Amino acid sequence: MGAVGGSLLAGLVILGLITYHRKWPYLWREWITTCDHKRIGMMYIILALVMLVRGLSDAIMMRLQQALATGGSMGYLTPDHFNQIFSAHGSIMIIFMAMPFLVGLMNIVVPPQIGSRDVAFPFMNAVSFWLTAAGTMLVMASLGIGEFSKAGWSGYTSLTEKQFSPDTGVDYWIWAFQIAGVGSTLSSVNFLATIFKMRAPGMTFMRMPMFTWTSLFTSVLMLFAFPVLTAALLLLTLDRYLGMHFFSNDLGGNMMMYVNLFWTWGHPEVYIVVLPAFGVFSEVTSTFSGKRLFGYRSMVYATAAITVVSFAVWLHHFFTMGASPPVNIFFGIATMLISIPTGVKIYNWLFTMYRGRIRFTTPMYWTVGFLMTFSIGGMSGVLLASPPANYVVHNSLFVIAHFHNVLIAGTLFGFLAGYSYWFPKAIGFKLDEKWGKLAFWCWLTGFYMAFMPLYVLGFMGMPRRMHHFTNAVWHPWLILAAIGTAVIVAGVFCLGIQLVVSIRNRKINKDITGDPWDGRTLEWSVSSPPPEYNFAHIPVVNDLDAFTDMKERGTAYVRHERYFDILLPANSASGPLIGLLAFMLGFGMTWYIWWLAIAGVMGIIIVMIMRMSDDNTERVVTADEIGTIERKRHEMIASARNNEQPLRILP
Amino acid sequence: MNTITGPASSTEKPFNYDSAANREFGFWLYIMSDLVLFAVLFATFVVFGRAYAGGPGPRQLFSLPYVFAETLLLVLSSAVYGIASSGSRANRISAVMAGLGPAFLLGLGFIFMEAREFYQLIVGGNGPARSAFLSAYFTIVGTHGVHVLFGLIFMAVMMGQVLSKGLTAMVASRLKRLGMFWHFLDIVWIGIFSFVYLVQVA
Repeated sequence: MGAVGGSLLAGLVILGLITYHRKWPYLWREWITTCDHKRIGMMYIILALVMLVRGLSDAIMMRLQQALATGGSMGYLTPDHFNQIFSAHGSIMIIFMAMPFLVGLMNIVVPPQIGSRDVAFPFMNAVSFWLTAAGTMLVMASLGIGEFSKAGWSGYTSLTEKQFSPDTGVDYWIWAFQIAGVGSTLSSVNFLATIFKMRAPGMTFMRMPMFTWTSLFTSVLMLFAFPVLTAALLLLTLDRYLGMHFFSNDLGGNMMMYVNLFWTWGHPEVYIVVLPAFGVFSEVTSTFSGKRLFGYRSMVYATAAITVVSFAVWLHHFFTMGASPPVNIFFGIATMLISIPTGVKIYNWLFTMYRGRIRFTTPMYWTVGFLMTFSIGGMSGVLLASPPANYVVHNSLFVIAHFHNVLIAGTLFGFLAGYSYWFPKAIGFKLDEKWGKLAFWCWLTGFYMAFMPLYVLGFMGMPRRMHHFTNAVWHPWLILAAIGTAVIVAGVFCLGIQLVVSIRNRKINKDITGDPWDGRTLEWSVSSPPPEYNFAHIPVVNDLDAFTDMKERGTAYVRHERYFDILLPANSASGPLIGLLAFMLGFGMTWYIWWLAIAGVMGIIIVMIMRMSDDNTERVVTADEIGTIERKRHEMIASARNNEQPLRILP
Repeated sequence: MNTITGPASSTEKPFNYDSAANREFGFWLYIMSDLVLFAVLFATFVVFGRAYAGGPGPRQLFSLPYVFAETLLLVLSSAVYGIASSGSRANRISAVMAGLGPAFLLGLGFIFMEAREFYQLIVGGNGPARSAFLSAYFTIVGTHGVHVLFGLIFMAVMMGQVLSKGLTAMVASRLKRLGMFWHFLDIVWIGIFSFVYLVQVA
């Protein structure tokens, strides 16, 4: 109940403050109804950071429970509650933290990086965001109304069948995943069309920045993997709501079908969340080493190889569940093969740094921490890929240690690197370096303290998801893991303080030129934050590091004599409305309130038809307005020059 | 960028987001993604194709002539839609309507036949909860049917748009995408007819 109270109180305080400051019209106009990719990207990342705190709270509760529940003690959580917490933790961290974070970064970075004014379908972009938000709201609603799933984030059947999980928890889980998943599929269509169709003249495929490449491959994975999740959840829904027999124990059902389908999505999903992080690391190492990315082509092909092979490894999630040895061997080898392109990437980053003039900024800290830690996680993954070894540690804490080792060090460090790297671009001032580095050190040491003991415990035979235990030998390690979690929590507090301090010092840390790091790609060629239209004139690209090329040839910051009207997507209330209706649908289905669910579906159809019939979805930014904005920008650049603030600012 | 590379017109929109070409490309991507959904349902049907659980199998349940009639309706609907497509290219509203109307009615006939088939199965005690085989059958055929239903709604909206707006560039682009959707559903149905009905009964 504390969580409900806390969330409600925080929500009410925020709503109260908005009302007190009369910011509702501003919020509605500039944020809620916006179709601007930069605003949508920021909303995604705010959502992701909020859910990071929520998922972390679950982690704290789990670690505390396992540190206490030994020697006859049952800890402070009931088994039911504990099961809900680990199910929520996994679901939230993957679908409502990692996914929004990566789509948010893609939204902020990809269009300006390829010299575009927006994504291919700005309105659909807003719909994607509001569907993700609707899914998140369903998870949050389960805190107070009813309960969440107790069947783990992967929702294995037959446990999730109506017979064994009769309450609302699994339904909340299904609809939260289903609605957010549709949003992700739409995002993938959007970013594929954006990257294929909207690149600036001269930007051939092999001149695309690495982050754009990884976004492209992540979108490919999303396009092909998410429908499998949609289908698996649909079949489970039919089992639960209409009494069908796909995954039931009787009348011909087969629970392994679900497990196969879930991981056919689930394994590409881990590459979906890690590839954009690889993109961030590529941008960061290249920028802060002052060098072109080493082995750019091999990096592209390595990413492509990971994309393809990631669809052929799903069975390694259940080596022990009855497949024949030849099948297990195939998937074991395929899994080990993935480490080859990943290794190529690691060496490319190292060689990019080699003989570079490295500047150790916060994003660079995250990157170096990633290289070390992720390599360890990757190697424990190769160990798990061997079926005989897998039999020994399957379903133990070793597995937990492994995937946190790759997901925290790979995905989360990557996103936090991206957060501090592109923060000045999105907001207009730099984040405080001191608190950022402190946050990094807390996360890094906290990570090792929290998860290295889990490797040991895995070897000692401790299964995952245990509510309490009697083996006293495990206890010290679990206490160590709990202390590690506390250090990670300190890291999150540092991130919070960093934000507050940076906002307070925003005048000092202001990014005047739009290029605070001596950046190499096009997003740094525009002001921070970029104007709504990003580029008054679409740039022409001559090189992989397009902006570095412009700076070297003296063609950056060129003043144009004439400006032209630009069409931009007009605001639309339909996006948030569809999100609201989708929430009604999910909530109605979860609680068997059929009229609400039907109203949600009908509402969505009506809104779509109305949107389809509306041909005035654009508005004009006039040449005069653009002229005014651009003149101001050039005055700022001139003032930076006159004050002898070099355009290439070194820390 | 030394020279100014602005376009000749006063409204610069070189990378048309939301342009007709982008929308069509995006629609192809959506179709690929939807095909994966159907691929999963086909795979599911193959897995459960013999899981009768002591209940009736395809030979007892399906009538090939009936399903063949259904197939004819849908295929004809798709063919007639071609009249609308070529009419849209020739900018002739009457031809577009002459294609859309029959295509809509034929599609509606398909849905009615399918609903009747479902109804008779359920009334006969062979609903989707009878066996895993019937679950898989109802799901793949039903999912296709829901797609056809959405296609029909889309088609009704487009008839309204053609009459009220005329064949503007946007309306023509939507007609093209509706055509892609309609033919795509046809192809999926051919798969269903072959693997769900024909192979199972024969």
